[in-house]
Amino acid sequence: MPLTEVAAPPNETGQDYLWTLNFGPQHPATHTTLRLVLKLDGERVVDAIPDIGYLHSGFEKIGEHLDYNQYVTVTDRMNYISPMANNVAWHGAVEKLMGIELTRRCQYLRVIIAELARISDHLLCVGAMGLDTGAFTFFLYGFWQREVIYDIFESMCGARFTNSYTRVGGLMHDATPVSIEKIRAFLRDFPKTLDDMERLLNRNRIFVDRTKGVGVMSREEAINRSATGPIARASGVTVDLRKDAPYLAYEDFDFDVCCMKSGDCYARYLVRMFEMRESLKIVEQALENLPSGPVNVGVDERTALPGKQAVWQSIEGTITHFELVMANRGFEVPHDEVYSAIEAPNGELGFYVVGDGSDVAYRARCRPPSFIHFAMFPALIRGHTLSDVVAVLGSLNIIAAELDR
Amino acid sequence: MEIDLPDNVVITKLDELGNWCRKNSLWPMPFATACCGIELMAMGASRHDVARFGAEVFRFSPRQCDLMIVAGRVVMKMLPVLQRIWQQMHEPKWCISMGACASTGGVFDTYCVVQGVDRFIPVDMYIPGCPPRPEQIIQAIIDLQDQIQREGTITGAEFKTPQRQQTKRALMELPVIGQLPPREWTANQ
Amino acid sequence: MPVSEDVVNALKARYDDLTSSEFRGETRVTAPRASLLEVMRFLRDEHGFDLLVDVTCVDYLRYRDATDRFGLVYILCRTADNLRLTIRVMLNEPELSISSITPLWEGANWLEREVYDLFGITFEGHGDLRRILLPQEFTAHPLRKDYPLQGRGERHNFPVLRRGDY
Repeated sequence: MPLTEVAAPPNETGQDYLWTLNFGPQHPATHTTLRLVLKLDGERVVDAIPDIGYLHSGFEKIGEHLDYNQYVTVTDRMNYISPMANNVAWHGAVEKLMGIELTRRCQYLRVIIAELARISDHLLCVGAMGLDTGAFTFFLYGFWQREVIYDIFESMCGARFTNSYTRVGGLMHDATPVSIEKIRAFLRDFPKTLDDMERLLNRNRIFVDRTKGVGVMSREEAINRSATGPIARASGVTVDLRKDAPYLAYEDFDFDVCCMKSGDCYARYLVRMFEMRESLKIVEQALENLPSGPVNVGVDERTALPGKQAVWQSIEGTITHFELVMANRGFEVPHDEVYSAIEAPNGELGFYVVGDGSDVAYRARCRPPSFIHFAMFPALIRGHTLSDVVAVLGSLNIIAAELDR
Repeated sequence: MEIDLPDNVVITKLDELGNWCRKNSLWPMPFATACCGIELMAMGASRHDVARFGAEVFRFSPRQCDLMIVAGRVVMKMLPVLQRIWQQMHEPKWCISMGACASTGGVFDTYCVVQGVDRFIPVDMYIPGCPPRPEQIIQAIIDLQDQIQREGTITGAEFKTPQRQQTKRALMELPVIGQLPPREWTANQ
Repeated sequence: MPVSEDVVNALKARYDDLTSSEFRGETRVTAPRASLLEVMRFLRDEHGFDLLVDVTCVDYLRYRDATDRFGLVYILCRTADNLRLTIRVMLNEPELSISSITPLWEGANWLEREVYDLFGITFEGHGDLRRILLPQEFTAHPLRKDYPLQGRGERHNFPVLRRGDY
């Protein structure tokens, strides 16, 4: 069966010795499902036509049918490399819409999980980039530490992978001493692995040759193409929402934003490696100064689902539970719309939420960084060789579920 | 008539010998589309290490594989690709539908997600979970190995039995209002 | 937080048919359909809004008190001080087209294609306006409110493979 026709690009070069190569949608180096139609002149890529939508599963349409707490399970499946960051972004937007002020402890815990998610995302991204350029050991080093982060998440919320940890106005559970201890152990052990990983690849001749000077994007181009996150920072754009518009508790922490000027694949790799160290610093500070007190907003505000203890033993808890769970009650949502974004591992992850008074969003738009970053792929690969395709793809960290939603 | 056999000779049926070979050398073809693919990678990585069960040779070319693991949701645009890859694999071949999305559509009961790949290709083993843990995938592989040992034949007769031929669940007949033309499958395309 | 009052005042002085509103610290400016490209060019060149954050759309078919059917949303950011501004354009049924902003931002290319795919709004001057997420044969625009969540049966419309089929 012929795959869906890809229409010819607007300015097709008329050279008849060009040949066309189909790459994907089921190909190991795409990691997930995306398709490229490459126009090749020998080994050199003349043009690349991306074709996406092979994982379009209607996230935004489901968002109009699930309520604000239920939809968090679906956001897990969006960028499944770092589900916690998606949870934080979604409920950040919902809480901005409802005007909920989180407790300090909840803010700190959300910072911790978001930064752990960043580490795990970057580990997979650089690991897979190493894997594609021939460094399998490097990938296994990264994956081992991801398993440790999975363990931490599992002890926090019961699921190792798709966490759904946040709730409107708080978290599913408070952090237990066991999980805090696990995070501490991770903070102790991880720098050593990171050192090893840097020693393995940072000056590895093969890796450097395959990534340096490949897929270069200038600063102006990065801004013009709406790049955010590590990809923008590798091109010298000093944007980081954690510094520019500190959400949660980021203004309390001392950390650096890493920027590079060269804008090639190697720079993107280095930015990610450096950001992991900065994330470690943030987690360490947040853990040292973790405030005590409640993790959810108060029962009387009627936003966070009360714990079972409160439901059974206090009249306020019972009333709140009833108010929130009853079909015709639910949250008090204003008749308005907000956009709220966080600095997700991949870039700016924003949600545009339209509330219509009920406890189901009228529209739940996600601004997916992968989608915007993949759009710049043809510009990055033009003129390079076929073997650079995987290096550029790996450095962009395209997650198909976030790309297509 | 009595035949003296040396101690190091075993008599068995050809079917069983074939099954024994087949079950211990499954070559999975990871059709990883979404979240489950990451758990599939975790299964292959150092902690869970599927190499212990003789199924670690992941090959991304369907011509070299005999076990397709559909990991993740399959959407309208992807299903023709899935069917094509399934047809490119050589017999005997098996299919594991991994995770809620591949088996039933999962939480994605939406306009574009296929509600279970077993409506359109044959599936031998289902793994529940969203996503399943790596241990569950390993268990599914062990179960599949048992199944191959139990009912496999050299001629592939087990695939011709009626219940294997039917798709596992009746297709829901829904009127097609959108004018997507019905797709025809021919071998030459 | 930087304030957006200056920008809004400058915009209002230049174009007289703009309205603005504020909610949770976000400034929204509603621009008329015809002058979108000019407004965007003015904001980019004169006020330094160099980063296009997002382009999306909302279908207000079943929204209480809504007067227009579609609302396009453009979110701009000034990278120098992270000032954000949301530009809204309202569209109604027969005239579902608007000028594309791809001449200003390359990044708008796929975002506009997505809006076209899911809402059926055409962007004039886009140059490569094709469906991006759904198959090219698809006829509906699924994020419109009159399209059902479970679709109209397109997802069941495939041949069934059995063993031995080649």
